[in-house]
Amino acid sequence: MSAVNASLIHAIPLSSQVINLCAAIMLLLGFAMLAQRRVLTLINLFMLQGLVLFISTLIVALTTSQSHLLWSAGLTLLLKVIALPLILHRLIRRLSVKWDIETLLNIPTIMLIGIALVVIAFNVAQPISQLSGTITRATIGIALACVLLAFLMMITRSKAVPQVIAFLAMENGLFFAATSATYGMPMVVELGIALDVMVGMVILGVFFFQIRQQFDSLDIRHMERNKEQ
Amino acid sequence: MIELVLVLVTPFATALLLALFGHRRGAAEINSAGSLLTLLAAALLTIRVINDGPMVLYDEQFFVDPLNVFLIALTALVGFTTSLFSRPYMRVEHDHDRLSVNRLRLYHSMFQMFMCTMLVALSTNNLGILWVAMEMATLTTVLLVALYRTPASLEAAWKYFILCGVGIAQALFGTILIYFAAERILGHESGALLWTHLDAVKSQLEPTVLSLAFVFLFVGYGTKTGLVPLHNWLPDAHAEGPTPVSAVLSGLLLNVALYAIIRCKVLVDGALGTHFAGNLMIAFGLLTVVVPAFYLARQKDVKRLFGYSSIEHMGLITFAFGMGGPVASFAGLLHMTVHSLTKSAIFFAVGHAAQMAGTQIIDDIKGLIKQSPTIGWGLMLGSLAILGMPPFGVFTSEFMILTTAIKHYPWATPILLMALGVAFAAMFQKVQSMVFGEPTVRPLAHNPALLPVFVHLGLVLMLGLWIPPYLADWYRQAAKLIG
Repeated sequence: MSAVNASLIHAIPLSSQVINLCAAIMLLLGFAMLAQRRVLTLINLFMLQGLVLFISTLIVALTTSQSHLLWSAGLTLLLKVIALPLILHRLIRRLSVKWDIETLLNIPTIMLIGIALVVIAFNVAQPISQLSGTITRATIGIALACVLLAFLMMITRSKAVPQVIAFLAMENGLFFAATSATYGMPMVVELGIALDVMVGMVILGVFFFQIRQQFDSLDIRHMERNKEQ
Repeated sequence: MIELVLVLVTPFATALLLALFGHRRGAAEINSAGSLLTLLAAALLTIRVINDGPMVLYDEQFFVDPLNVFLIALTALVGFTTSLFSRPYMRVEHDHDRLSVNRLRLYHSMFQMFMCTMLVALSTNNLGILWVAMEMATLTTVLLVALYRTPASLEAAWKYFILCGVGIAQALFGTILIYFAAERILGHESGALLWTHLDAVKSQLEPTVLSLAFVFLFVGYGTKTGLVPLHNWLPDAHAEGPTPVSAVLSGLLLNVALYAIIRCKVLVDGALGTHFAGNLMIAFGLLTVVVPAFYLARQKDVKRLFGYSSIEHMGLITFAFGMGGPVASFAGLLHMTVHSLTKSAIFFAVGHAAQMAGTQIIDDIKGLIKQSPTIGWGLMLGSLAILGMPPFGVFTSEFMILTTAIKHYPWATPILLMALGVAFAAMFQKVQSMVFGEPTVRPLAHNPALLPVFVHLGLVLMLGLWIPPYLADWYRQAAKLIG
């Protein structure tokens, strides 16, 4: 958002600026997760992203007095800042992968691809931002960028836990997109999505143990048995 | 409208019941009974729609129209026949110690839950709820695919979860974009995600946003439909899960995902007024017909073979809807119906055949017809039907698709014919080697339930010769809706 020149800054209300700041932090965290090799730090970064998401949703809710956004902010706090990180922490402790370090090849290349994705995201989001009437419209591009970065993270990771964190980060980005483009989806849909995320997490938790039991590791590369003949 | 409530609540209640008591004797019977009740409720719903016409219900959150009513009936029917098939099938698996009692409880409960999510996805009027139900369907089937807990099944389930999870996340972004476009016209509160409302104002929706939304929705739900190049999960999930699950995955879930795409296409066509969505569907449909045709010959696992065949048929249906127009859309809907019936019948036969042989490897299954004529003939006739032999219904729909293609997209016709020919050669030869020859298979310990196979094939045969007037009428109305 640095492109905004000095004279315009005064025209943008404080709340908008804070939201833009939150968006910038979201993007930064997206990149940090992309390059992070430690599972434990990854979970903390995910929690931080949830927290930023909560703050920005809360500010949007307060400034636009959209009461249902308060609920979704609360839901974010409960689910993404408290429940999911707790479950993940428990999981990695019980799986004893807490201090796992993943070997990531070519972090600079991944980062460069990430930058390219951000540029693409901004281009794609341009027409939407121009149409949007929300105070958060400038952040739609960032939201899409977060989704794409999480997507990239999912492709580049070979271990089960980071893949799932990438999946959850993608959901964060989508939620951010919904808030910034339209002030959030209808409540019933948001509740449904939260339920899906929760159920999915529980199922995966069980899955991790099964996978490790069968493969002696959580490394997806050890699977690859169903290859095409 | 008690019928719709029954359609949705029966599978849910049965799922809860089975989750609690599924470890006792008679779980399979409860499963069948629940499915039968769902089918009866769906039949009542269908009769109601025949008498009263389309309807919007419960605060407009649900609706039934010609496009989804026959899919609801089809889903309930195949759900019921699959539950009949799964009773002896699962008993054999249990006898062979492949599944414990607790796994069976999980299976029965999740089977009903899966039916419930699909029926919700089909009947909901809310595009957001449609997404939620689709994601729920993914989660329940992930558990079902991983039921055996073997390394291969866990890998298949993981691949399925990751690919479809990513795909369906794209669909959520598409849904957000549709909501964004709709909110500007319908306002924030008044149900801007309700399909009927969107349909009423579709010409006013912002074209740029809608076209972008469709790309995301198409990629998202397309992953779940098994469109190339996002089809990788499908053969694995079909091969590694229990066979009743393969039958409902192929027969029902793919249809539901396709249904979601069609619903979105109607909106996008209305907003854009161009053939953008159709062209996208034609391109990916064609690719999805051609690529798996060449994979078929290389398959060694019989369930993978038919998994690839499902991908091919989904491509054909996507192509048909992409062309649009009354004939092609009619053919697409008919093909959805006959493919679902035929493919599930084939999986029923294949499931028993694999149990008799103790393996899913095609080369090790021989002489089915000598050991069990019904299974052998079931597999042979089912394969002939799915390969588009007259007088089965698949021939009718493929014929209609091809003639429309000759008229409007002549360049695509040779490609389609070649792919269908390659698929025929590859599959017929493999099926023939399994059905005939000196038997390597042993008889089953429990009587197989083969009635579903012949009921399905009978229906497909009937649809090839004569389509009931109200069904044809629905197809026509739905085709008009799809455009």
